Amino acid sequence: MIPYKKPFDPLSFFLRWEWILVLLIIFISIINSNLSPYFLDFSNLFDMTFNFLEKGFITLPMTYVIISGNLDFSVADILALSSCIMGLAFESGMSIWLSAGLALGLGAIAGLINGNLITRLKIPSFAATLGTAALYRGLTWLLLENRGVTGFPEEFTLIGRGDIPGTEIPIPLVLFFLLFIPAAIFLHRSTFGRYVFAIGGNKEVSRFSGIKNDKIIRTIFIISGIISALSGILISARFGSVRADVVPNATLDVVTIVVLGGVSIAGGSGTLIGVALSMFLLGIVKYGLNLMNIPPQIQIVITGLLLIVSVFIPQIVNRIKKRKEEVKRK
Amino acid sequence: MSKRIPGPKSRFVQNAVRSRQFPIFVLMMTIIVVVSLRTPAFLSLGNFEDIMLDIAMLAIVSIGQMIVMITTGIDISVGSILAFSAMAVGSMVRANPEITPIIAILFGSLIGAALGCLNSFVITAMKIPPIITTLGTMSFFRGLVYVISQGTWVMSHQLPERFKEFTIQTDLGLPFLVIIALVLGVISYLFVNRIPIGRQIYAVGCNQKAARLAGIRVKRVEFLAYAISGLLSGVAGVMWVSRYAIAANNTATGFETQTIAACVIGGVSVFGGIGNIPGVFLGAFFIGMINNAINLIGISEFWKQAFYGMAIILAVVLDAVFNNRFKNMRAKNGEK
Repeated sequence: MIPYKKPFDPLSFFLRWEWILVLLIIFISIINSNLSPYFLDFSNLFDMTFNFLEKGFITLPMTYVIISGNLDFSVADILALSSCIMGLAFESGMSIWLSAGLALGLGAIAGLINGNLITRLKIPSFAATLGTAALYRGLTWLLLENRGVTGFPEEFTLIGRGDIPGTEIPIPLVLFFLLFIPAAIFLHRSTFGRYVFAIGGNKEVSRFSGIKNDKIIRTIFIISGIISALSGILISARFGSVRADVVPNATLDVVTIVVLGGVSIAGGSGTLIGVALSMFLLGIVKYGLNLMNIPPQIQIVITGLLLIVSVFIPQIVNRIKKRKEEVKRK
Repeated sequence: MSKRIPGPKSRFVQNAVRSRQFPIFVLMMTIIVVVSLRTPAFLSLGNFEDIMLDIAMLAIVSIGQMIVMITTGIDISVGSILAFSAMAVGSMVRANPEITPIIAILFGSLIGAALGCLNSFVITAMKIPPIITTLGTMSFFRGLVYVISQGTWVMSHQLPERFKEFTIQTDLGLPFLVIIALVLGVISYLFVNRIPIGRQIYAVGCNQKAARLAGIRVKRVEFLAYAISGLLSGVAGVMWVSRYAIAANNTATGFETQTIAACVIGGVSVFGGIGNIPGVFLGAFFIGMINNAINLIGISEFWKQAFYGMAIILAVVLDAVFNNRFKNMRAKNGEK
């Protein structure tokens, strides 16, 4: 299940899901550049990343969560609640950076609650997080009602919508890679990451081999809460306002990106590079749909279908593989 | 799966006291007393009828949600199925005002059942977890609402009077909507308690492996569960257009949260295998009552959302605590 070190095999290396994603990205880019001559313009491409990067941040912890065999449905609502707290703290006269810190802390607490419900009370993760999702969103509505908080200082909104000085690279993109690289190393090259795979592969076996399942799952959910809060801060900075109805469909997008990135929904397999690629893929697909003037209400049809198809394809592939192995054995 | 504590032969009262719904019943009575002390209007018959009208659709959809949750699944696409059926029936009635309500209901339930079967197919044949399937179809169906409506709404003045009034007619003493909810409640009560395939739903939820070994066609039972859930959502969709006289693209967004709340408050276990119709009606009534009380006392509307969340979490936590204690008890007694 968890080999110490895989031998390099060129055939299986090039047959990986990630290459298919790369091909798809190239394919969609060609279509898009036929739709609009401005698509392959660098500043345009960088601008486009704003549309999905905030959600992209959440895909990083969500990958951990799904690989460990769980699901977190409350990410969009932790995002809303923590950005709402940030807004309220800012409104009451706190400095914006302190309020942002408060939001991160709140995200951690929200994640801790999720983690405890799942590990200590043994509630299935989807049920626990569906419940807390309703709770967090409800608290957000309660605290903020239907007004918005605005008036954030310039230097704060810059982290959401600004570029690195002198270039056209957006700051959130840089932040994303600053988080992505350690996240990938941590998942694929550290003991903790191996444990995450082990838990997702087989919970019982990992427990019997001395892995503290509960502690690791709690840690993952806390991180998920913190990153959701961070994403909330960035979204508030980009919009320059905080509202209770922010990103209603984010959970769908995040789960779709992770699953499309080749992470098995049953847990135990997947790579973070695949997730990053699928994030860009979904980003340019949506950009292309926008170029074709398809309204967002119809775009969710495509996202929903994509979610189901991207869970279905690996299953078919696995079934065929299994059948081949059985034939070989005989 | 019996959870009875050993003791003297149980009678009705003892059974009721020991039931999973008893704490919520006591809580409900307390709230009724407290609220009616503050606003006596709360206790009037008219207000009671209002609550019943408000929760009828919630109760109908929650029955389907309960059946799905008993099989250890979940259906978060109910709100979108409801919206789709509402939009389809609404546009149909707008185009042909002479259609009788009965045909509209049949049409709506057919649409709902078809969408539910799509869920069932993806879950049982393509073997995709229910939560992922219905997350996908939730937005898929919601998008389809937009596709068939082309972004327009079915407005009140475009619907014939007869269609708008049939849900609140009181020819039989109660509003027709409430009667439908009660009839569907009785039918589904008989279905899950008296019909073999209804009992098999519980068997599948308690222990899927054992159910399979006992010769139950697990796939077929699961297929049926999501189809029923879709069908009931479709029926509720027709009721929705008639009662609120509008079919919009965002009809019933977030409705799935309410149905899940009604179920878990009414004693349906998220671990599967446990739940009954009277409980679900109680849960739905509890939600309707709280909504009503919030309006009457004049607290901010936004408390409702927070209330659903707190209620779900509290009910699920209690459920988990009992479930774990029950498991420990069995482990001590040496059972497996």
